[in-house]
This record gives sequence, structure tokens and C-alpha cells, in this order.
Amino acid sequence: MQQRHNFDLALRELKLKLLKMGGDVQEAIRKSIQALQGLDAEVAQSVVDGDKAINREEHEIEDLCIRLIATQQPVATDLRKIVSGLQIATDLERMGDNAVDIAKSVIRLRGQKLVKPLVDIPRMAGIVDQMISDALNAYVESSLELAEKLAPEDDEVDHIYRKMVEELFKIATNNPSVAEQTMSLAFIGRHLERIGDHATNIGEGVIYIISGERSDLN
Amino acid sequence: MGKSISVTDLKAWYGDSLTLKGITMELDANRATAIIGPSGCGKSTFIRCLNRLHETSPGAKMEGSIRLEDEDLYTMDPVDVRRVVGMVFQKANPFPTMSIYDNIAIGLRLGGIRNRTELTDRVEKSLKMAALWDEVADRIHTPATALSGGQQQRLCIARALAVEPEVLLMDEPASALDPVSTLRVEELVEQLKESYTIVIVTHNMQQAARVADKTAFFLNGELIEFGETTGIFTNPVDKRTEDYITGRFG
Repeated sequence: MQQRHNFDLALRELKLKLLKMGGDVQEAIRKSIQALQGLDAEVAQSVVDGDKAINREEHEIEDLCIRLIATQQPVATDLRKIVSGLQIATDLERMGDNAVDIAKSVIRLRGQKLVKPLVDIPRMAGIVDQMISDALNAYVESSLELAEKLAPEDDEVDHIYRKMVEELFKIATNNPSVAEQTMSLAFIGRHLERIGDHATNIGEGVIYIISGERSDLN
Repeated sequence: MGKSISVTDLKAWYGDSLTLKGITMELDANRATAIIGPSGCGKSTFIRCLNRLHETSPGAKMEGSIRLEDEDLYTMDPVDVRRVVGMVFQKANPFPTMSIYDNIAIGLRLGGIRNRTELTDRVEKSLKMAALWDEVADRIHTPATALSGGQQQRLCIARALAVEPEVLLMDEPASALDPVSTLRVEELVEQLKESYTIVIVTHNMQQAARVADKTAFFLNGELIEFGETTGIFTNPVDKRTEDYITGRFG
């Protein structure tokens, strides 16, 4: 017998808000990489400007969770969903900040010619985009399998990042005049690597919701 | 110090109706154990078996074993059992014609204590343990019925403690109290478990979560799940426990 109809509706609202925020964050990251590929400062600026909306979404999710804790005294799975919901919102907000940092790097690179074709960064961006999708789908479908898939994906991102940084250092050593640009590109790689870490945090939150067990996907 | 209780395959009936269907559990000494479950699940019957009140109901009987450490409660004199296993009820039930002092002293007098100084000392000690002394010290010879509901309940706790039990059973001790009195009783449970083993039946899940070290969930006369309170309220193992504590049925 369904006895907590309004509470269940509020939990569904929480899920929808997290999905909407996740989609917006994915879009911000995609746009920041698109801006980098075209060295398009205008697109980059739109990512910076869009961050306010993402922050607002985080606050709305926090307010909803706090209201549910204060008024519904959630326990067991309900409690884990709400506490993890707060953490997921925080991770998504940080990913949004990483997208902004990438966009700001693009704005600083305006007018320059890239020292090498972009290969690793778009590859990393593709994987972290998939990771965010997997993390959100794991949350929606309560799927341990999808959540656990994030660990090997994150390993791949870390691997590409290390390789890319080594390569950029070599370029900078051989040609110190491009050191500033290689550093910017390395930072962009670092931001993507951090986005991957936040996605694994979400996966860990999903595993906690489903099983109550703590895990480490990173 | 409190003593542990071992319950083995406890069955209880009212007439032909089997109310407890074979409960086995260990109640730890000096810890508070909450018994939760929907109405009719057998939780009150369970604690009434622990001090042999159940058998006083017409047509009631029980089977199985309840041991207070190495003593079998069902081979002891029931009067002795109720001295070592005290009980506080849902509704405060002070003796209406007696003073605060006499409400506590009467159990001691029945236990053979006649010395006035000893009686007075024990009454004071009990009222202090029940966190009531400071509020009534200057009027202990006034009628107990003049106390507030919360004070009357703490008086009943003092009365149960006066005879120095090992175990204190509490059947919905705060359900008739206002929130402030409820919190006082809950704080008291926290202090009392240093000296007693506490078993508390409650409908209030937040209360169980606040006061109990361990929680047992009863349903239809069966023990469904029993474990550390934190585990029960964050990650219960059985779906029926989850459904009950999250309010999905009951």
C-alpha cells in the first residue's frame, strides 16, 4: 500500500532535477571543448555565463533535500537517496566549474595558433561525456553495473591525461616560447581528468544508494 | 549493573491466538534495545513476557526460555522477577492517593525495608536517578497526582528504580508526553543504561533511532530483523523492515 505519496513525488522531483542539472553540465562541457576546437571565445563566454544557472540548480536541489530531511525524517534507502542527491549535486556543480575553467583557458588562447592538433583532449572529453551519461543512467536505473563501469573509464582518462602531459612537457622543453600554451592545454586536460573523478564520485553515491556500501571507483 | 537477557524460541498465546511465533534474541546488558513494529505485531506481549506479566492475562500462556544471565526467569518467583525486571507503562500510573514519597517508598516497604533513614535515602536516590529530585525536593510529601504528566512518568521510573532492578522495560514511555517531556525521558534512558539494561517499546521511529543502541523489528509475532540501530535505520537488510521504517506500510 502506497502511504507516502507526496514524499515519493518529492523524491521523483529530486531525481528529475539531478538529471536536468546533469544534462546542463554535460552541455557546458561539450560547449567548452567545442570552443577550444574552434578557439571560439564567444562560445567559451557563453559557458562562463551559463554557470550561474548551474549553480542555481545546485541550490534548488540542496533546498529540496534539506526540506525533505527536515519535514519527512527519511531513513534507510530514502535517506541514502537524499544524502547522495546532495553529493551528486555538488559533484555536478564542480564539473560545471571545470567547464568554466576550460572556457576561460579558451578565452586566454584567443588569437593563437595551436602547437599541435587536438587529439587527446577531444578523446578525453568524449570519455568523460560518456562517464557522466553512465553515472546519471546508473542513478536513474539504480544500476550497479553502470556505476562500476565508471572505474575502467576513469582509468582510461587518467592514462590519456598522463600521456598528454608528458607530450606537452616535451614540446615546451624543445620550444620554450609555447610553454604558456602547453601549460593551458595541460590544465584543460587536468580539468577533464577532474570531471572524470567527479563522475566516479557520482557512481560511488549510486552504489551507496543501492547497497548501503561504500566503494572506491577512482 | 544491568544483566543481559537471552530469549530462546519464545512463543506466547492469548487463548488460541499465537501472538509470538518463536522469538530468539539476546538483549545486551547496559544497552538500550528498542522494539518497533506495527500495532499487533507482538512487541508489548514480548516485553510482558520478560517480566512475567503476560501470564497474568486470562487465557494467556507462553513457551520457550528467558534467561537473565544464568537464571531462568520462569523458575523464579514471579514477584522476584518483577523486582529485578522493572516496568514503566505508556500511561503514567502513580498511586493516586499517595504522596510522591510514598509512591516510591511503598515498594521498598513491601520489600521489608522499615528503617526511616534508609527509606528516605533510597527515595531521594531514586528520584535523582529519574532526574526528578530537583523539581520535587521541597514537596515530596504532596500528592503525586499534582505533578505534570512528564513528572508523573519520571516518578513511575523512579518507583521502578527504587527496588534496584537489573532490567528496565519501558512500554511506550513517552507516547503520552509533550515533546519536551519526551526528550527528558529519552535523556534519562541514555543515563540509565549505565546502570540498567533497557528494553523500550516504541511506535516512534525517531525515538528508537535517538535512544536505542540496538533495534528489533517485529511483524506478525516474528522477529524480522535485529541489529545495531544505525544499521537498521540507514541500511536495513530485510525489505519488510525497510518498508516499515520508511512508512511504506504499517
